[in-house]
Amino acid sequence: MSAWDYDIIIVGAGPAGLTAGLYAGRARLKTLLLEKLIHGGQVMTTDLVENYPGFPEGISGFELSDRMRKQAERFGLEFRNGEVLDLKVGPDHHLLRLEGEELKAGAVIIASGARYRNLGVPGEEALTGKGVSYCATCDGALYRGQTIAVVGGGDTALTDTLFLCRFADKIHLIHRRDAFRGEKFLQEQVLAQGKVQIHWDTVVQEIQGNQAVETLQLKNVKTGKESSLPVAGVFIFVGIVPNSAWLKGSLPVDEWGFISTNAQMATSIPGIFAAGDVRSKLLRQIATAVGDGATAAFAAGEYLAEHHPR
Amino acid sequence: MSGPEPLQVSDATFEEEILKSDMPAMVDFWAAWCGPCRAIAPVVEELARDYQGKVKVAKMNVDENAKTPAKYGIRAIPTLIIFKGGQVLEQITGAVSRSLIENALKKAL
Repeated sequence: MSAWDYDIIIVGAGPAGLTAGLYAGRARLKTLLLEKLIHGGQVMTTDLVENYPGFPEGISGFELSDRMRKQAERFGLEFRNGEVLDLKVGPDHHLLRLEGEELKAGAVIIASGARYRNLGVPGEEALTGKGVSYCATCDGALYRGQTIAVVGGGDTALTDTLFLCRFADKIHLIHRRDAFRGEKFLQEQVLAQGKVQIHWDTVVQEIQGNQAVETLQLKNVKTGKESSLPVAGVFIFVGIVPNSAWLKGSLPVDEWGFISTNAQMATSIPGIFAAGDVRSKLLRQIATAVGDGATAAFAAGEYLAEHHPR
Repeated sequence: MSGPEPLQVSDATFEEEILKSDMPAMVDFWAAWCGPCRAIAPVVEELARDYQGKVKVAKMNVDENAKTPAKYGIRAIPTLIIFKGGQVLEQITGAVSRSLIENALKKAL
């Protein structure tokens, strides 16, 4: 009888966690995947994924994550909804605490991902769900024929601006720099959209409205000029923050909260691996997350074979 | 075990089916391209079966119906609204856990 409940417990069911689950399942390791909300992670809110190889016409984020989950389950991955409250590191195995339950794992793969970053301006929190949104595919359809704003300049901001063009009559794209960071391909598409007006070098200082968003207070960072912009809604895509607060104290994270690993996805603690967006890395994409997940599962298998031979 | 599917309601049927319902009612406001909406759909279907005869569980597509979502100030989906006697008892936004929805439903019974 093993000294633990699972050989591997994976935390988070985005592309990294689901791929780790697929590889661990095929390695015939007893593996549990824990997800606090819904499988797919941030991919779930992507309308069309066009840069994941193998889908020349693109694939919806929902369908891609659903397919990944089915594929992993076919090879024996056990999936469960549950939030991990904390991780207790042990010499022989690690302990994951859930509500009303503790689970022992020989190895742990942390794939808890990241979530959207708040802008951090007055009015943002109070008007969230009342015109402030972080999910274009969720809320875009409610702005048919209206004037809205998008804040950001990365891939997500550009992709979601294009998606929102289906509904809104006019989109003000507000970016704090004088050039976008997002893919050149996406930039070309956004610049070709007649509905999109770009406000370069501009930041949002405040979001105003009584029952719902009415006005954005803007400031041009180069000229210092301030202005008001009436909009029915504002979509905010200004980067991500890692979901690593639950690791508090048990595993070191960098100054932004990301987890450092080596090329084998091993963290500084034996038997604990990290994969996907929660990891400190250059590029956070589905394509890089699945690579992390496969490597982490393989490395975790090697670790178990070496330290806990059956 | 199979049971009733959530009832599809529209701007035209909303008053009759939901506001004038004898039982408490829960409406899931959703759209086809909203991933989180599709993710909570199975939970809504489960609740329709489990609360059969106690709560009328319904769905409204916000893409096809603009009046009702506007009336209730819905600016984010998925949004679940629980009605009792024609009044809003609770409004839940975002993909949340089954237990959170169930706790709200129990208050309506």
